[in-house]
Amino acid sequence: MAKVWIPALLRGMAGGQSEIELPGETVRALIDQLEARYPGIRERLIEDDRLRPNIAVVVDGTRSRQGLRQPVGEHSEVHFVPAISGG
Amino acid sequence: MPSETPTVEKADSVRADSVRPVYRVVGTRPIRPDGVDKVTGRAIFGADVRLSGLLHGRVLRSPHAHARIKSIDTRAAEALPGVKAVITGQDFPDPQNKAATSGEGTVNLRSLAHNCIARDKVLYFGHAVAAVAAATPNIAEEAIKLIKVDYEVLPHVLDVCEAMRPDAPLLHEDLRTNEMGQRAGAPSNVANHTRHERGNVDQAFAEAAVVVEREFRTSMVHQGYIEPQNGTALWNADGQISVWCSTQAPFDERNQIAEIVGAPVSKIKVTPTEIGGGFGGKLSVFLEPLAAMLSKKAGHRPVKMVMNRAEVLAATAPTSGSCIRVKMGADQNGRIVAAQAWMAYEAGAFPGSPVDAGAGVIFAPYRIPNVLIDAYDVVVNKPRAGAYRAPGGTNAAFASESVIDELAEKLGIDPLEFRILNGAREGDRRADGPVYKRIGFIETAQAAKAHPHYQAPLAPSRLDPEGKNPAIKRGRGVAAGFWFNWGGKSSAWASLNPDGTVSLVEGSPDIGGSRASIAMQLAESLGVRAEDVKPAVVDTDSVGYNDATGGSRVTFGTGWVAYRLGEKLKQQLKERAALLWDVAPDQVHAEAGVFSSNGHSITLKELAARLDETGGPIVASDSFQSDEYGPGFGVHIVDLEVDTETGKVQILRYTAAQDVGCAIHPSYVEGQLQGGVAQGIGWALNEEFVYDAEGHLLNASFLDYRIPTALDLPMIDTVLVEVPNPGHPYGVRGVGETPIVPPAGAVANAISRAIGVRMTALPMSPARILEALGQVRGAER
Repeated sequence: MAKVWIPALLRGMAGGQSEIELPGETVRALIDQLEARYPGIRERLIEDDRLRPNIAVVVDGTRSRQGLRQPVGEHSEVHFVPAISGG
Repeated sequence: MPSETPTVEKADSVRADSVRPVYRVVGTRPIRPDGVDKVTGRAIFGADVRLSGLLHGRVLRSPHAHARIKSIDTRAAEALPGVKAVITGQDFPDPQNKAATSGEGTVNLRSLAHNCIARDKVLYFGHAVAAVAAATPNIAEEAIKLIKVDYEVLPHVLDVCEAMRPDAPLLHEDLRTNEMGQRAGAPSNVANHTRHERGNVDQAFAEAAVVVEREFRTSMVHQGYIEPQNGTALWNADGQISVWCSTQAPFDERNQIAEIVGAPVSKIKVTPTEIGGGFGGKLSVFLEPLAAMLSKKAGHRPVKMVMNRAEVLAATAPTSGSCIRVKMGADQNGRIVAAQAWMAYEAGAFPGSPVDAGAGVIFAPYRIPNVLIDAYDVVVNKPRAGAYRAPGGTNAAFASESVIDELAEKLGIDPLEFRILNGAREGDRRADGPVYKRIGFIETAQAAKAHPHYQAPLAPSRLDPEGKNPAIKRGRGVAAGFWFNWGGKSSAWASLNPDGTVSLVEGSPDIGGSRASIAMQLAESLGVRAEDVKPAVVDTDSVGYNDATGGSRVTFGTGWVAYRLGEKLKQQLKERAALLWDVAPDQVHAEAGVFSSNGHSITLKELAARLDETGGPIVASDSFQSDEYGPGFGVHIVDLEVDTETGKVQILRYTAAQDVGCAIHPSYVEGQLQGGVAQGIGWALNEEFVYDAEGHLLNASFLDYRIPTALDLPMIDTVLVEVPNPGHPYGVRGVGETPIVPPAGAVANAISRAIGVRMTALPMSPARILEALGQVRGAER
């Protein structure tokens, strides 16, 4: 099961939990699992079938460019973080 | 000087891996391929572009910080002899309210379009309102004076905290605060709120032995590049649009221009000219869409536009001013137990400040079990904020490193030792969540601590060499910094010439010596000299897509492509040698430009001369993206003196240590560190946008907006710590952004130790120093 860190501003929807272990082989599958447990959380992360433009997903310490299609390992750690830019 | 010299370990270089790989090219210091043209003035910058029938464009800009445009009358300007076209916002389509790639992040295309030329409202002093193309620059200048704009002046707001108040004047009536996908009900100037939270900060603060809490303010500052923004465009009668401009991001700009002028991206070709500095300020368009639309309206004649310095300062993309509150606590053993930050950054006229990056930077060098960070992106009536070297990082580190220094002081622990004690290591969790892979913060802090600068007494005073003037106070400060770095997408191709040299065609504009660092990586992997690779940066039609030159990504990302190109060329050469010797390609061995098999041997140059007889040209192309870019950490030491009678601060000695992964061309890595420090010192001591009560920019020239010169700075020492990034064949980490993160904090800490007052606002100008000293003296009385 992958460990998903729930963004601080969404923890109110998740009963205050900061992390949860979920089954799933992709980021999309994990978000589906989150939605099943905490209805409404998917639309806070996804817009037009993609991660919202200002959100990036980090899997096992690496920011993914595959977004929802990013594969997730059985013991992966997943974070949703702001998409940042450099100069 | 030939580059085919062995790598020399310099005294100011520290390598973390026990056995350094043997490189022939990487780590040497060849002359840069573009060097001669740049020092002789032959290099073509944007202002040098000349085309047949060229017209000259000028922009009419808003005299108000916030106003509604009631009407624009262009008839008198159009009637002026020599004027060929006049445009306003009404000449452009209104792009969708959607995001597009810009640098590492995204930009809202509608905001970008409205920033290039106002529609119904002007949102800051200098906002473009109309533009003219004419036969000469003087006629264009006269014509814009003839345009009559009827404004309804609106209340404005310049300060980030005032803009957050519920009764503040609203810049955008449709802007609602976004909190991770949820929009607030009422309009606000707060565009976005982000939070990072781990553990329980309240409980940890209650149990801490020492707690420090302070509020910090920083002013909006500019990148200060020497070359102004420019753009020349030809909208041809067949619909093809050619653009020449100074840009860090030709492919992103191609997309932006397409959306703003309403043309297919396939019709647009962007040619990046040489660039006279960018530092994040040239990632998006300003003049280019205006020049294109003027060209179309002027009967398909080319139009050139070049900003003057006042326009650059008033109306491009400086970086955010900010208000930051930081609270940190440590136990009696010196372990940081909790950290909290409240951060509000000015976005300028449109959402998109770098506050989220600042929130990632603010506590990044440290292992902290309990964290709470709130970050707010706030629009104000100033130019749209852009990236500036580690965007958001300098503001954040100024605040956090000041508080960390004060914690160390209260605990009686050496400030560098305190940072090492609490420093992040591989496997530690970053304050904003993810776990670090291989990083070099501890090695960097230890290198700084062991440096002769830190071991020596304070540098001698320049103003008071004999130490007799009690008004001259000296102090030493340290600070740490972090930047994420980035990989991004790169494409390039290479062809082998008959003389054994290689032509390398790339699409990453060279803003910091990257032609050299990219060519060297191809040379290393192929087995030729650096001088044997001839790099060229070309237009968007002549090479595959490249992300922006930004985020400290090019030597890493495009370097990866160069490495792979070298391997691909080498494989083809093995196949040619195999043909000559009638052996299988996998039986051919390549080493340092010599191919051998079963007693046969041939050099790369000899093989290149026989291309025709072995199958013809050898060409390789590659597109690649690696996400395994390693973050960078820096630790800086500064000695300075403060004249307590005038408030002037003089930098006496400065040393910057940084984990650079692997310095491909050490001179350019050192230059990046020195440049970042110089800009950081300017930010710390002098630079700020000064507005009057009506929102007019008062210091729109380099006489009044004071960037440091060589007279202000000592030689900046550098220590290149090499903790190789396992995600790159040579261990490269980006280096360009980290060095601007620590200087403001280091300088503030040195001033504090010199005069006994904590400085909490940037710039720490003479006036602010005297004000702070006055408060102390008043308290003493």
